[in-house]
Amino acid sequence: MKISMTVNGKAVSGEVEGRTLLSGFLREQLSLTGTHVGCDTAQCGACVVHVNGQAVKSCNMLAVEADGADVGTIEGQANADGSLNVIQQAFQDHHGLQCGFCTPGMVMSAAALLKDNPRPSEAEIRKYLEGNLCRCTGYHNIVKAIMAASGQDVGSIAAE
Amino acid sequence: MYNFEFEKPSTIADAVAALATEDAQALGGGQTLIPTLKQRLAAPSKLVSMGGIAEMQGVCVDDDGSVSVGGATPHVAVARDAAGSYPALAALAGQIGDPAVRNRGTIGGSVANNDPAACYPAGVLGSGATVVTNARQIAADDFFQGMFTTALDEGEIITSIRFPVPQAASYQKFLQPASRFALVGVYLARFTDGVRVAVTGASEDGVFRWSEAEQALNKEFRPDALMDLRINPANMIADLHGSKEYRAHLVSVMTKRAVEACM
Repeated sequence: MKISMTVNGKAVSGEVEGRTLLSGFLREQLSLTGTHVGCDTAQCGACVVHVNGQAVKSCNMLAVEADGADVGTIEGQANADGSLNVIQQAFQDHHGLQCGFCTPGMVMSAAALLKDNPRPSEAEIRKYLEGNLCRCTGYHNIVKAIMAASGQDVGSIAAE
Repeated sequence: MYNFEFEKPSTIADAVAALATEDAQALGGGQTLIPTLKQRLAAPSKLVSMGGIAEMQGVCVDDDGSVSVGGATPHVAVARDAAGSYPALAALAGQIGDPAVRNRGTIGGSVANNDPAACYPAGVLGSGATVVTNARQIAADDFFQGMFTTALDEGEIITSIRFPVPQAASYQKFLQPASRFALVGVYLARFTDGVRVAVTGASEDGVFRWSEAEQALNKEFRPDALMDLRINPANMIADLHGSKEYRAHLVSVMTKRAVEACM
């Protein structure tokens, strides 16, 4: 089947099977390997992308279901000049990553959260990240980074 | 995952026609079905997506005050759009899975699958809702027929679910934090003509009504009315997360919490 969609603002198309996952289409046909496949069972959230502005787990969505959609991936997050965007920079500044495997999904989930809720509380951030697993950081610095990215004081969050 | 054909019709009539193919299956948001396909526990010849059918989307309030939810409405939309008309149902929808799962998963998919630990079956049975399909209307009491089993025929589509709105209702979910399903969940709805208590996550027969608790609460609507009631653990689910006895105990605890929340 032929599908077409917009990915990070660019029109793309490709030939897929019914069973081709969106994560597979992005990684294997478009070579956008920033979207990570961690568990492949929709638990870990490393594969989170935006489909028509909403966070979805791309390992749990068929590529054909994204036909005609506007898709955003981690590769489209940086600023136009190539510098890190506010959320990415905050992850760097606050050590919101160690191995980095979960980070693309974390950044995409954080972006989706801040679009709907520009100044989330610490509890709201932790709740929103329920579907994104990180095995390195213990989450504190991820939460801190998202607080900072939303322009809030991070002094109240547990120490680094 | 074995391969399959794919169709995305835009009307219910076209979806029914597409599902007439042998071994065709309806696809809601795929949040259960896609993992099931990956494990090769199902091998449909064709998936028919419900995602392109506009008339199966959204939440509306009917003339009689009941709330109708389109079968292909994702959890995120129910959590947002039913918050005013049926807050307990909206709260249930907002506790399913995680945000990314709620953006894709649909009420029709959840109810048709009838996972024994899913949240929606408790909300539908506890509310005494009506499951509306392309062919007929099915009362919740007749719809759920045991774990992963429903009254739906082959190729029958849940087009909407109609909820009568109770005076008060509450869903109390004891979260299994890894799967994000209910270890035990209790949906309690108090109507002028009586109380309904539906339990998910606990029984090997899937969602069920705890009729002894309903009778006790109809006599006296307070948590203490449940004091002497015990669920028989014999039919409860036992797994590494909890024994039969633990789940039976949790049913009482969560029901009491639901009563407190409705007072």
